[in-house]
Amino acid sequence: MPKDVLVFVESRAGQVKQPSLQALSEGRRVADGLGAKLRALLIGSRVEPLASELAAQGPDSVLLAEHRLLEHYQAEAFAAVLAEAVQTTASEYAFLPATAMGRDLAPRAAARLDAGLASDCTHVEVSGGELRVKRPVYSGKAVATVRFSGSPSFATLRPNAFPVASAPRTPSIEKLAVDLQESRIRARTTGIKASEAGEIDVAEAAIVVSGGRAMKGPENFALIRSLAEALGGAMGASRAAVDAGWVGHQYQVGQTGKVVSPTLYIACGISGAIQHLAGMSTSKVIVAINKDAEAPIFKLADYGIVGDLYEILPKLTEEVRRMKGQ
Amino acid sequence: MKIAVCIKQVPDTEAKIRIRADGRSIEEAGVNFVVSPYDEYAVEEALRLKEKQGGEVVAFTVGDERAATALRTVLAMGADSAVHLKDAAFEGSDALGISRILAAALRKTPFDLILFGKQGVGTDQGQVGPRVAELLDLPHVSVVVSLTVDAGRLTAEREIEGALEIVESPLPAVVTAQKGLNEPRYASLKGILAAKKKEIRTFTLSDLGLEPSSVGAAGAREIWEKLEVPPSRGAGKILKDMEPAAAARELVRLLREEAKVL
Repeated sequence: MPKDVLVFVESRAGQVKQPSLQALSEGRRVADGLGAKLRALLIGSRVEPLASELAAQGPDSVLLAEHRLLEHYQAEAFAAVLAEAVQTTASEYAFLPATAMGRDLAPRAAARLDAGLASDCTHVEVSGGELRVKRPVYSGKAVATVRFSGSPSFATLRPNAFPVASAPRTPSIEKLAVDLQESRIRARTTGIKASEAGEIDVAEAAIVVSGGRAMKGPENFALIRSLAEALGGAMGASRAAVDAGWVGHQYQVGQTGKVVSPTLYIACGISGAIQHLAGMSTSKVIVAINKDAEAPIFKLADYGIVGDLYEILPKLTEEVRRMKGQ
Repeated sequence: MKIAVCIKQVPDTEAKIRIRADGRSIEEAGVNFVVSPYDEYAVEEALRLKEKQGGEVVAFTVGDERAATALRTVLAMGADSAVHLKDAAFEGSDALGISRILAAALRKTPFDLILFGKQGVGTDQGQVGPRVAELLDLPHVSVVVSLTVDAGRLTAEREIEGALEIVESPLPAVVTAQKGLNEPRYASLKGILAAKKKEIRTFTLSDLGLEPSSVGAAGAREIWEKLEVPPSRGAGKILKDMEPAAAARELVRLLREEAKVL
């Protein structure tokens, strides 16, 4: 029996974001490795227009689960729809992006099917017709290789840990029958509060610039923000800076903050406590800027500058702006 | 209001992690074990709700003998009683197994609110709260940074990318706590002394009416095959003793031409 792969594609406000395309690309690679089919699942009140956006990542088919009660994300309803889609397609594996939505939805859907789930995976391997995933554990001090028993199995994939590859196909479009009772949808989203207008969230950004204890106060985070903006990235912070009240905890990268895996992570005035490394050690390229040449962060850094960040950051921002201007 | 708080005992986040010769688990000797930090936010929230509205807070954990110390910590913070889910058959449970054990225990008594940390630090799965909600057929809200409970309903703010979602739900419900929800208290000396007299009930596999094959290593659907130290990154290029402008220029060049990330 082929071990088909189903990928839940997250959409918010009529948009599909990168982590879902990354999961879909990985799904294609895995399905090819297994000689199986790849299906993409869109859930919403009107998601059909999004189907064409998925063709580049090569699903064999796009499943549409449309219902007026699915307009906003709601865990109970989405879990019921996802679990049913996995079952009716007899999919062996279900992938979701490890986003706020994916991490909320996957365990609930897996529980409906008594299925195993590996959260926040950074690697997926196929060998001998079997799937294994890797996920960092114990603050990134170890990596676990996980295999599944039974069927189906779920995995959430860490944003930015997987590339978006082009493998265009013309998928068939299939509408799923959705039967939902309003009374079964208990927890409901009634509103949304944007944290800072127009800012990219640190967990989603391809480039992150973070400030630590050496920022000394909230006002100096302007230096971090400027560099992040010049790079088209997001601002982050260490726990020391958040606990000191200089920036809100939504910026915190680390064990009790967000786990990020950007293409480029720039740590400014961050010594590199284990708790911080837990949140960023899987970044592709790490840059450290610190006065203390002995700071542990330099052991992890691919590139670094030993020096005063108050002198270096403005120059770096200037240099990036010049480069982008070219 | 009757509130359950489910906690997990985990290695201290500062602990040095060594991998056992079996290549699948960590060396526990010499490691300090603590209540998982996110669970502390859940406990604090439960205590605050009880202080405001009256009621009872019961702490639950699945674990071996050692996990009793985590329950004592929570009792010292102010929980009224605790339930220790302990059985040799529970060992090796994955998130599915832990959720089945907790759900079986929580079914014995009705609770208005069941709180969890958003994830256990260390394994960082973030599964057990939503799984238990599904098994008990309750609504859930995860990664919550603000919670109000009134007249049989809750309003929560949950963290999503770049925003907060406001979610309303009837009780009973499951909520998982994120940093920012509150500032957990430390146990007072009085609390520590009082905790010694509080009751910890123990439930085993048969008390919960669970099948041995549904939990523990036997029931695991997710198997840790290997645990290894992450591959070390090669030595980096560190620019020292350079003028800030020159260092900045060189760094941008390296990121663009060598690392190809700009």
